[in-house]
Amino acid sequence: MAQIIDMPKLSDTMTVGTLVKWLKQEGEPVKSGDMLAEVETDKATMELECFFDGTLLRQFAPAGSQVAIGSPLCAIGNPGEKVETPAAVPVPAPKPAAPLPVAAPTPPPAPRPVAPTPVAPALVPVSAPAPAAVSSARVRISPLARRLAAEKGVDYSRVTGSGPGGRIVRADIAAAAAKPAAPAAPAAAPAKSASPKGGADAWPWRSVFDPAPIQPESTAALSNMRTTIARRLVESKTTIPHFYLEIEVDAAPLGALRAQLNAGLGQDGVRLSVNDFILKASAAALRAVPGVNASWDAAGIKFHGAVHVSFAVAIEDGLITPVIRETDQKSVVQISTEAKDLGKRAKEKKLTPAEYTGGTFCVSNLGMMGIARFSAIINPPNAAILAVGATVRKPVVQDDQIVIGERMSLTLSCDHRVVDGALGARFLNALKDHLEHPALLLV
Amino acid sequence: MPVLTYREAIRHALAEELERDSSVVVLGEEVGQFNGAYKVTEGLLAKFGPKRIVDTPISEAGFIGLGVGASMLGIRPVMELMFWSFYSVAFDQILNNAANVRYMSGGLINCPIVIRGPANGGTNVGATHSHTPENVLANHPGVKVVVPSTAADAKGLLKSAIRDNDPVFFLENTLLYGEKGEVPEGEHVVPLGLADVKRAGTDLTIVTYGRSVLHSLAAAEILQRDHGASVEVVDLRTIRPLDLDTVLASVAKTHRVLIVEEQKPFASVGSQLAYMIQREAFDELDAPIHRLATVDAPAIYSPPVEVEQLPNPSRVLKAALEALA
Repeated sequence: MAQIIDMPKLSDTMTVGTLVKWLKQEGEPVKSGDMLAEVETDKATMELECFFDGTLLRQFAPAGSQVAIGSPLCAIGNPGEKVETPAAVPVPAPKPAAPLPVAAPTPPPAPRPVAPTPVAPALVPVSAPAPAAVSSARVRISPLARRLAAEKGVDYSRVTGSGPGGRIVRADIAAAAAKPAAPAAPAAAPAKSASPKGGADAWPWRSVFDPAPIQPESTAALSNMRTTIARRLVESKTTIPHFYLEIEVDAAPLGALRAQLNAGLGQDGVRLSVNDFILKASAAALRAVPGVNASWDAAGIKFHGAVHVSFAVAIEDGLITPVIRETDQKSVVQISTEAKDLGKRAKEKKLTPAEYTGGTFCVSNLGMMGIARFSAIINPPNAAILAVGATVRKPVVQDDQIVIGERMSLTLSCDHRVVDGALGARFLNALKDHLEHPALLLV
Repeated sequence: MPVLTYREAIRHALAEELERDSSVVVLGEEVGQFNGAYKVTEGLLAKFGPKRIVDTPISEAGFIGLGVGASMLGIRPVMELMFWSFYSVAFDQILNNAANVRYMSGGLINCPIVIRGPANGGTNVGATHSHTPENVLANHPGVKVVVPSTAADAKGLLKSAIRDNDPVFFLENTLLYGEKGEVPEGEHVVPLGLADVKRAGTDLTIVTYGRSVLHSLAAAEILQRDHGASVEVVDLRTIRPLDLDTVLASVAKTHRVLIVEEQKPFASVGSQLAYMIQREAFDELDAPIHRLATVDAPAIYSPPVEVEQLPNPSRVLKAALEALA
């Protein structure tokens, strides 16, 4: 009897998959472990593995078609065996949103005792990786070139040196700065503003006099990812009672700590981003205020015992939220390494479902693109999402004096069914305290 | 502007200061009747007489000591060493007594002595006559050390040296005595402690002094012509006090440094200068600081080899190309 192979559920949010390409054709012998087809889910493209030996008798879905979970894809059996076309499962329609009870008024957040003016903590590297025996990884760069690279924002680890022994010299940095930045995902590229200095690349936008039409009139077919984003965000924004809490954080201590760590760890190839610290601090704050580490469920509120912080990554045609598991148990360096790897593979659409599901809290950061503050839509089933803005130099009042401060805005979107105002405020204060005393994140 | 030899420029400075200030006297071996071993003091005895122009015995320890004592009592002696190499005979007088007396007297006693003479190699006079002790001298707080490269600087700096109230050691060069250069007419005084940009450039700073300035300028022309490299040549002129500001301004412009000196390289003026530049201008440097010095050996007696032991335009050119790499 022939085995019917159905569309598997390859991600927890997947309802249909697109059969991108058949790798085995009808009549071809197959064995267990062979790859039969490529299937695109809402998040990634994966290969469909065969668990039987025999011959691929029939393909029920042509390449490019959308197939609901549980619908038949193909049949495998003995050569010449007859197979009937089994019934397909209809593509499920989204469930209508259930009517919601009116939320109770939010109690005002409990006043917090004001902490004494924090003194920048003396920073002791706690668990710096052991230096390599031979520092062959150290970049050879002249002091001037190093300074210019920092001034011009050139990542000199990507620059080839033309000086003796491959040393990077001033001319190499000048050449690298003159070239356009390495192509990154368009959405992730830092927003480039017009330079007041003039020059060929002073105006990054389209020419004012460009006569071409802005774009052809067209309708793009919805990709699985676009469909999933649309479905889930509409579901979130229409069924979850969002409310928003904003807090401003003194980012100077974090900036100082990060500069120290990056200076000290640079030769080991470690470069920590602000976001790495946000992820770590979010995990620490969830440990401190675990009520936010929860999900609304029809059966009751689920409180999660483990902290899995996900983070939004812009990729072609959408975004995805890979998860750093047990975030609170990992060092900032581990988080950084993992986040870099996940981010890179997300852009290549190489993440496995396990890598982007199961998060208990989400961080979305547009600070590197110059956005001062924004409100994010909750990523269900999380109870909250953190929107991180840019670190901005601005006047602040300190000891009754107006001084230049470095401030970062954090906005928490909360699911009011799970998180009330006071709880959300407690969480944001815990997060603020951790970010303003960042040495604790190293312990 | 009149063109004088370096020798004449020094003589003019001596004559003008002897004329201007009756406390100025010239002492040394053969400075009077023989008109100077290198004819720097030619004609001074005839003009100023034996009370002002004094021949001394061949005893540096004795006559330098005499000069140091006279200077403490208000005389302004200009002492000629036939070769600066003989300074070591009078080391105690120069660097133990003259250098320290103002400090040890609590400022009550000045020592306005000038000791001058040639300090150079390249003339096949052997290892004991070819020392360049500017680094040894400058190692002593309380003294001033001057090494002029041109006729104009020689005149202007010697006049400042004679008027200065501290011991000033003035190091000339027998191979420069015949070099001609324009010297401003009239009162021409160059202050001590001020370097001079002898050639402006943008790609490499050569910091140098003395005869090496001439070699560096010659190499700079070749670098411009054959390699399109624009070289700035900074002439220190005074080793102590050192005009680091002018050096740093040049480094901030070119970001690369070559130090050229007619010194043995170990613990030399150049090694001190390299330290100071990297300390103050680390973030301006696009390459390590390069140095070109005399090859580290006693002055070689073979004339063709001695030429290669000392800095010369082709050695400067080679070192400059390395510094520009």
